[in-house]
Amino acid sequence: MTAASSDLVTLVFGIFGVLIVASAVGYLLERRLATDGPNAAVENLNARIRAWWAMVILIGLAFIAGRVGVLVLFAFCSFAALREFITLIYTRRADHWALASAFFLVLPIQYYLLWAEEYGIFSIFIPVYAFLLMPIISVLRGDTERFLLRVAEVQWALMICVFCVSHVPALLTLDIPGYEGRNVLLIAFLVIVVQLSDVLQYVWGKLFGRTKIAPNLSPSKTVEGFVGGVASATLIGAALWWITPFTPVQAGLLSFIITLMGFLGGLVMSAIKRDRGVKDWGHLIEGHGGLIDRLDSVVFSAPIFFHIVRYWWSVS
Amino acid sequence: MKALVAKVAAAAFVLFARAITAVRAIWPEEGLPAKPCVYFANHSSHGDFVLVWAVLPPRLRHRTRPVAGAEYWLKSHTNAFIGRDVFNAVLIERDRDKRTQDPIALMVSAIDDGSSLILFPEGTRNQTEERLLPFKTGIFHLVDQRPEVDLVPVWINNLNRVMPKGEIVPIPLICTVTFGNALRVAPGEDKEAFLERMRAALLALAPKPAGSGE
Repeated sequence: MTAASSDLVTLVFGIFGVLIVASAVGYLLERRLATDGPNAAVENLNARIRAWWAMVILIGLAFIAGRVGVLVLFAFCSFAALREFITLIYTRRADHWALASAFFLVLPIQYYLLWAEEYGIFSIFIPVYAFLLMPIISVLRGDTERFLLRVAEVQWALMICVFCVSHVPALLTLDIPGYEGRNVLLIAFLVIVVQLSDVLQYVWGKLFGRTKIAPNLSPSKTVEGFVGGVASATLIGAALWWITPFTPVQAGLLSFIITLMGFLGGLVMSAIKRDRGVKDWGHLIEGHGGLIDRLDSVVFSAPIFFHIVRYWWSVS
Repeated sequence: MKALVAKVAAAAFVLFARAITAVRAIWPEEGLPAKPCVYFANHSSHGDFVLVWAVLPPRLRHRTRPVAGAEYWLKSHTNAFIGRDVFNAVLIERDRDKRTQDPIALMVSAIDDGSSLILFPEGTRNQTEERLLPFKTGIFHLVDQRPEVDLVPVWINNLNRVMPKGEIVPIPLICTVTFGNALRVAPGEDKEAFLERMRAALLALAPKPAGSGE
């Protein structure tokens, strides 16, 4: 067994251990609290834990399938996220071809460029070419009603759901000396730190949350939850240094940046939900809401994490 | 052989509709009627009945037949295959003067045979800005003959944005199909009052339009 795969196995057992503990706690809570009828909070918690099992197994299978598996998984995430996003934005008949090309042209090309490892064009394809192409296609139908708004919304949908999401599998393309063949662990590191930060912010907030941090955006987010969640996720990230090319201090620092971006991304995405008058982006994942509800913090941290690692660690 | 192809085609339609729209059904508190009933829905896209059909539980789906215009569904071999063999539609002739069979009689006999119907009482696809067109009177004549039949309002949301008229490439968007509690015609209820009540029950299921700005 290579070092990479033995680390992956250790990691998987660790995650399964955490999930088994979570499932046991959920089961006990259900037994204790649901004596007088079902308890909504516990039911949601258990639905979330079940969904975590499914997500972990799915990501695990993608990792086993290798580069193509990871690309297909994240391409699907982009597709489902884009579908949720565009469902909520204002579009008109005149945008039909622009939207169709976002799904069936821009998205596949972005992931193809990743597969072909064409970093130069990969990094500008959406913010330059797609962003110019979208308004051109829309304008051809001659409908100017709220034109700027329509163009801006489609562009941002692509930015969030395709460009940012594709930076997670882009970690596979980095060429880090002494870390060959282990890049998939960088994805694991990013996803684990971001998601643990979300969960821990929730837990700390539930236990000690007093002061709301952004009452207009997200009534459940508190200062105590934020500080506790970021601090504990940063420590766990530092403790995971052995799966990364970083030293423990570097891993901690990167985790801190990741969790901060994740938190702020969550705020931005919840501002959009508020604006559209919805509570969740969709209903894809039981207990979690839509895919974007689960992905919002990953989306904002992925490009930043990617660029930091590329700048200081990669030779490509 | 033809039956097998039709079965595979039906499964393919359902799979495709689900892949594009990630359709989610919202069920009524009282549940769906167990006996044959009439699902009446808003009509804005060719795919409407496919979506209703796709979300119904399989045991109900297999005995549910869409009611559709014969003119369109017998226009070509492909249309006829899809309409008649795949979806087992009750095909009615819409043109009053040329028709050879009474549409109401066809629907009544389908119900008597134990089938449920999917009906679009607007009569034609709604391509206006109005949320719902006035209802045609057919549904009233139907319950006039079978007053014990449950009428289930069904609101199909967003499908018109997936594939607007004249477009061939669908845009993936999330659709919902909302079922309301079943209604029946009240004894002595007149046509206008009945149609207005059905229409109001259907409109009551319509969510605030997503992505429509305000």
